Amino acid sequence: MTDLSQSPAGAAPEPRKHGGSLLEQTPRTKRRNAAEKRFRAYGIAAIAAGLVMLLILVTTIVGKGTGAFQQTFVTLEVELLESKLDKKGERNIEDIKKVTTFGYAPIIKGAMEAAVAEYGIETSLKAKELAGILSKDVAAQLRDYVIANPDQIGQTVEFRFLASSRVDGYLKGRVTRDSIVNDKNISAEQLDLVDALAAAGVLEKTFNLDFITGADASDARPEAAGIGVSMLGSLFMMLVVLALALPIGVAASIYLEEFAPQNWLTDMIEVNISNLAAVPSIVFGILGLAVFINYMHLPTSAPLVGGLVLTLMTLPTIIISTRASLKAVPPSIRDAALGVGASKMQAVFHHVLPLAAPGILTGTIIGLAQALGETAPLLLIGMVGFIASNAPETIADGLLAPNSAMPAQIYEWAKRADPAFYERAWGGIIILLLFLVTMNTLAVILRRRFERRW
Amino acid sequence: MNDMTLMDKTVDTQKIKIAAKDVNVYYGDTHAIKDVNVEIEDNTVTAFIGPSGCGKSTFLRCLNRMNDTISTCKVKGDILLDGEDIYDKRVDPVQLRAKVGMVFQKPNPFPKSIYDNVAYGPRIHGLAKNKAELDEIVEKSLRRGAIWDEVKDRLDAPGTGLSGGQQQRLCIARAVATEPEVLLMDEPCSALDPIATAQVEELIDELRSQYSVVIVTHSMQQAARVSQKTAFFHLGSLVEFGHTGTIFTNPEDPRTESYITGRIG
Repeated sequence: MTDLSQSPAGAAPEPRKHGGSLLEQTPRTKRRNAAEKRFRAYGIAAIAAGLVMLLILVTTIVGKGTGAFQQTFVTLEVELLESKLDKKGERNIEDIKKVTTFGYAPIIKGAMEAAVAEYGIETSLKAKELAGILSKDVAAQLRDYVIANPDQIGQTVEFRFLASSRVDGYLKGRVTRDSIVNDKNISAEQLDLVDALAAAGVLEKTFNLDFITGADASDARPEAAGIGVSMLGSLFMMLVVLALALPIGVAASIYLEEFAPQNWLTDMIEVNISNLAAVPSIVFGILGLAVFINYMHLPTSAPLVGGLVLTLMTLPTIIISTRASLKAVPPSIRDAALGVGASKMQAVFHHVLPLAAPGILTGTIIGLAQALGETAPLLLIGMVGFIASNAPETIADGLLAPNSAMPAQIYEWAKRADPAFYERAWGGIIILLLFLVTMNTLAVILRRRFERRW
Repeated sequence: MNDMTLMDKTVDTQKIKIAAKDVNVYYGDTHAIKDVNVEIEDNTVTAFIGPSGCGKSTFLRCLNRMNDTISTCKVKGDILLDGEDIYDKRVDPVQLRAKVGMVFQKPNPFPKSIYDNVAYGPRIHGLAKNKAELDEIVEKSLRRGAIWDEVKDRLDAPGTGLSGGQQQRLCIARAVATEPEVLLMDEPCSALDPIATAQVEELIDELRSQYSVVIVTHSMQQAARVSQKTAFFHLGSLVEFGHTGTIFTNPEDPRTESYITGRIG
């Protein structure tokens, strides 16, 4: 060490650069501190704005959507008249099936009249108007029951019927006496009847499991519509996506990251994968339409095709996140493995991949969540629209039979005219969001768990 | 260190283990190693010294073809291990690396248990027929790595949970577990404190009885302490190679002298 750092003795002392007391801030320091304070305030304001938006979003969704989970039901004693349902009295199932839902109308009217009489409700409504407070789904429900239990014909059975969407809306506050002035579907007298039946305990609003498990219903019966079948459609699509996108994506990433030579071809592939991630999803939809349906003649509206299209869409996401997590594994681990004589593949599969697994899993789950919420590509392969289907009974059915998906179902409900469907759209959003939140939470938990191993 | 003891550090003429002839290494357009000729003997510690960027680590990594992982790296010339060219087309680098083990600058245990760290090499090379044999190899290797007594009660604990010096000795144990003939060490003590360094150096001296050890080091004292032969690299060339005692007390080349006395580097 030399003594060059000390100023030569005898030279005139230079004015000190940082003069003044440390106890008071210089103007420059004050300006810098003020700038920092301002920046922090901006940050807090930005976060607060985000939180307010989120709060508004959540309260709106919950406020508008919870109604869908409740439904108005009417409990009625129904006399299954043999004279109407099985005139020959032979209990021949073919004869019973010949009676259409139209033939059940008198039975329903009779049951309503009986209820009105039993509870002593005074009303000037005719039998047809009495039955008008029930859902149009009721006749089908009765017919299904009778066909399943022909031995019950002639008996009196208690049923829990859906009320019509207007009645349901009246109990939920969506329909008021003012709003029905021009409504031909329901009258003020019918609402009086509803009030009386509600007072008698015949008509009540309860939790509606059918919304979560049931199938979509046509325009005239919003009260019967459920999201369950399209949930299965989404599930089958996700199975296809998981089965295809995960192995293909991980294999492609491992090859590109660990084995591929660095040349213009791999550079091109890399750029194009990044570009694919930014391609609008509807483009993948039209690609799926052209390739899977028009060229390969796979069935329209099938979750298999939906899954294939979403696979194309999810692949770039999975490849990018997998490559990032492979890159994040320190090269010293590869060196260590190669140094003890592991082959390249052993080094990757024994050491690099396990360390990258949490990142790969997270990327995959986030990719799946993205695919789960995707609607646009489904538009083009016929998975949006009223798809009259019941829950698939086999896995092949689940993959190939026409179905919808949760976001497509929500879109479909939101565009229908009846406000009762609108409420169901919000309800569907709640279910979809629950799925997405669950999946993202799972991603976080998995990442934490794997990372904490060492 | 006393100069006289250095002079005494002569070795019997040993069998040549690795012979490098006119080795040139290029990274793309950079000429990293220029015409290096060196003969590394068996049962000897050979130290590579030289200023940063002189190519000593590059040359070391050529000896077990770790440079193959760098796509731009090209090696010309012959490197013979027991008379066989290791850059021959028929040579599988995986087999070579089982024979020529390596210890790296930063301790890099696998994020697995201590046992699995050591057992990994024997497992992939099929050195053990059953669990008992594997246990034996692991114990023997950990003993050779002079770390057995410290870890024998916690073989299931993660290797990454050990201290830096213990980790490096674990890495040495891992390297010797595959029964190599040559052990390459790339600045094995640069990340360790003086006490751990002393332990590792002592270990290196013991390892000499079974292996040919090549060590790259920045510390001239370390080279003087542990090696019998020293090679001085400068700007990609091998300037001087000889007995450690001679290099440190009576170097032939003025560049070696300048480096050793601290005037360059």
